Amino acid sequence: MNAVEVERLRVVRGGKVVLHDLSCGVASGSVTGLLGPSGSGKSTLIRAIVGVQRVAGGGVRVLGSPAGAKQLRARVGYMTQTPSVYGDLTVRENLRFFASVLGASRDRVEEAIAEVSLLEDADRVVARLSGGQRARVSLAAALLGAPELLVLDEPTVGLDPVLRRDLWRLFHELAEQGATLIVSSHVMDEADRCTALLLIREGQLLAQGTPAELRARTGAEQLDDAFLRLIETRS
Amino acid sequence: MSLRVTLAVAARVLAQLRRDPRTIALIVGVPCLLEALLKELFRGGPVFQHAGPPLLGLFPFVTMFLVTSITMLRERTSGTLERLMTMPLAKLDLLAGYGLAFALVAVVQAAVVSLLSFGLLGLHVEGARIVVVALAVANAVLGSALGLFVSAFAQTEFQAVQFMPAMVFPQILLCGLFVDREAMATWLRWISDALPLTYAYDALARTATGTYGSRFVVDVCVVGGCILVALALGAATLRRRTA
Ligand SMILES: Nc1ncnc2c1ncn2[C@@H]1O[C@H](COP(=O)(O)OP(=O)(O)OP(=O)(O)O)[C@@H](O)[C@H]1O
Ligand SMILES: [Mg+2]
Repeated sequence: MNAVEVERLRVVRGGKVVLHDLSCGVASGSVTGLLGPSGSGKSTLIRAIVGVQRVAGGGVRVLGSPAGAKQLRARVGYMTQTPSVYGDLTVRENLRFFASVLGASRDRVEEAIAEVSLLEDADRVVARLSGGQRARVSLAAALLGAPELLVLDEPTVGLDPVLRRDLWRLFHELAEQGATLIVSSHVMDEADRCTALLLIREGQLLAQGTPAELRARTGAEQLDDAFLRLIETRS
Repeated sequence: MSLRVTLAVAARVLAQLRRDPRTIALIVGVPCLLEALLKELFRGGPVFQHAGPPLLGLFPFVTMFLVTSITMLRERTSGTLERLMTMPLAKLDLLAGYGLAFALVAVVQAAVVSLLSFGLLGLHVEGARIVVVALAVANAVLGSALGLFVSAFAQTEFQAVQFMPAMVFPQILLCGLFVDREAMATWLRWISDALPLTYAYDALARTATGTYGSRFVVDVCVVGGCILVALALGAATLRRRTA
């Protein structure tokens, strides 16, 4: 069963075709890595999945409904690439606000703060946090509603190895509890932490499969090399 | 629409404002200063008595127009609007939350400026003072609603600020405060007829002279209608899907 089904999706941004009739699927319960170089269309695809991207053709189905449908809004959690939280509020104030919008409890706010390891900074104003801390506030806001599908745009950028490991552990825990995760990244060393991969380049799907499948198909030991080989065989 | 979400939005906007005491001081202090200046300039005479009440009632319009358009623009550029649009939040919740928050700020602003003007400065109105305050709040909501709408057409905060003179100054010039509407060229009066601030001014002027009449009811209805139209226009500019 696929949690997300992308069918010949075509997106035009600023007069340029950014996604070229892209089709792919994301399995339920997977931690799917969305990888590709900068500008390849990762954020655009993510925006289409959460239903905020205007599309020129094709479609996206999410948990059985068209992307962006009203009934999906409580079931999908979204973390934008640039932290989308209020700089002039504290961590806790930010999360309490988003929790009221989602109808989540105060306890859930505290849990989410703990999940992103921000308990000590919970009463600090977000504008005075570091970039990585701010990104974690934004991530916590996406976790609040205990969504069935979590769509995270580069959630681990700028974080140290310990935090990164903790977050990936959290992602897998959430998947074990039944959630589906889509995590974008342009660092290949994160690919190995995913149970499935979508590689995109210039708005086209280069390959999809598990890390092991991609290794086997390309004969490369490192996923970096696998990615490069896929590009070479294409062109 | 959900009351919980509307109130959450209003509480959040107010919490953001509370973090910015200088802005609050300016919102309340500047109109006080201007009323005092007006009084000193005209030595408390008829010009002050004529222009004082409209100034009191129209000031919240200008302030809330600016504050709302900038706050909303920030919401658009910071990505928080994009996040909210993926959440179970009706556009009307967002608009009503903003309107409610800034109406509350306007209550405080109008109350303080009224206390100063009617108390210390000796401003006098024939009608009820509370009507002046109520009209001030209605004008604040109108300003907020228009601010929300124009924020959609500004890409930067510089642009948003420039919308203020463009949208507000012509209305203040043509509302009848500076030149009697009867004395205006016909085409100018037609324009004046089409601008919401004309009715807001007329209601305030009628309160000042205590000659409400049926025209006052018309004025209030027009201002109320304009608020609804501006909110509808604002809602139309809030898009869940963007390019
Ligand atoms: N708001 C926009 N208006 C017009 N074009 C845009 C806009 N945002 C992105 N693009 C274009 O769309 C293409 C894909 O951008 P996108 O943000 O999806 O890439 P990405 O893979 O997420 O990159 P990165 O890893 O740097 O975040 C790029 O060519 C970019 O220039
Ligand atoms: Mg991106």
